[in-house]
Amino acid sequence: MKQTVYLSIGIFFGIVMYKSEAASWFRIYEMFQFGSFHMYGIIGSALALGIIGIQIIKKKNFKAVGNQQIQLTPKNKSFARYAIGGIIFGLGWALAGACPGPMYVLVGSGYLSILVVIFGALLGTFLYGVLKDKLPH
Amino acid sequence: MNLIYEPWPWYVAGPLIALIMFLLLFAGKQFGMSSNLRTMCAVGGAGKAADFFKFDWKKERWNLLVVLGAVIGGFIASQFMSNNTVEINPNVAEQLSIDYGITSANEAYMPPELFATDQLSNPFVLLVLLVGGLLVGFGARYAGGCTSGHAISGLSNLQLPSLIAVIGFFIGGLVMIHALFPLIF
Repeated sequence: MKQTVYLSIGIFFGIVMYKSEAASWFRIYEMFQFGSFHMYGIIGSALALGIIGIQIIKKKNFKAVGNQQIQLTPKNKSFARYAIGGIIFGLGWALAGACPGPMYVLVGSGYLSILVVIFGALLGTFLYGVLKDKLPH
Repeated sequence: MNLIYEPWPWYVAGPLIALIMFLLLFAGKQFGMSSNLRTMCAVGGAGKAADFFKFDWKKERWNLLVVLGAVIGGFIASQFMSNNTVEINPNVAEQLSIDYGITSANEAYMPPELFATDQLSNPFVLLVLLVGGLLVGFGARYAGGCTSGHAISGLSNLQLPSLIAVIGFFIGGLVMIHALFPLIF
């Protein structure tokens, strides 16, 4: 039952990413050229509602299904890892024109070349795991 | 206007993304699309090479189901709900065509110059896709999240680290598009 829920959320996410064009290389390029409000509007409106909703969840102390705690783990405090990691991610986001969600959506849309990007992302993740202790965090 | 067939405007898409985040929170999980890469590495046996991949990945199977769903969603949307063209700002489209010879804006969803399957025989294109992916995977794990994990989940929870990461995402993206693209393409 729970499996179906996660699968359905994924399908919904995939449709939203594709239909909003957030999975399109062109939209990412356009965003970094400040050519349109579209991507900023998507992120901004998701964020505005997200902030309001999470404040309400915290105030009312809502629980997740099965009476478990809602997962709002605070991020570890640091500067280096977020700044350096963030910049590296941004370089790749703009170069491939895809971030980790849309990559999978594009597989379903039949862009087989995106498998190379996904392979690269797996390789990058693996490389981070191997080098983790040598990097500033 | 045909809401199913036309591209969804930002004020439809943004709230739906917030809804996805809340659905996952109420399912007892967190919205973030890059941790599944770590899970896949662990499933593939990366735990033998680094402790980072030694964890009980069976508990993280749910995020692989979300991934599978995203693939199916992409299939449904592209096959039945879209004419698969993206119209961007005409000035940006013209600039892409003049500077980089990418002429497919307004005609395709992804530029065939980079994403047509037969372009994979071009070593330059192959390298761009591979390095792009590598930076995304490495950067997302180093920063502890990607656009969904930091820009949506983290910022919604008013996390300062997420703000640092998101500023980093944009610095990296702007440097790539404005400083490196003219050198690469």
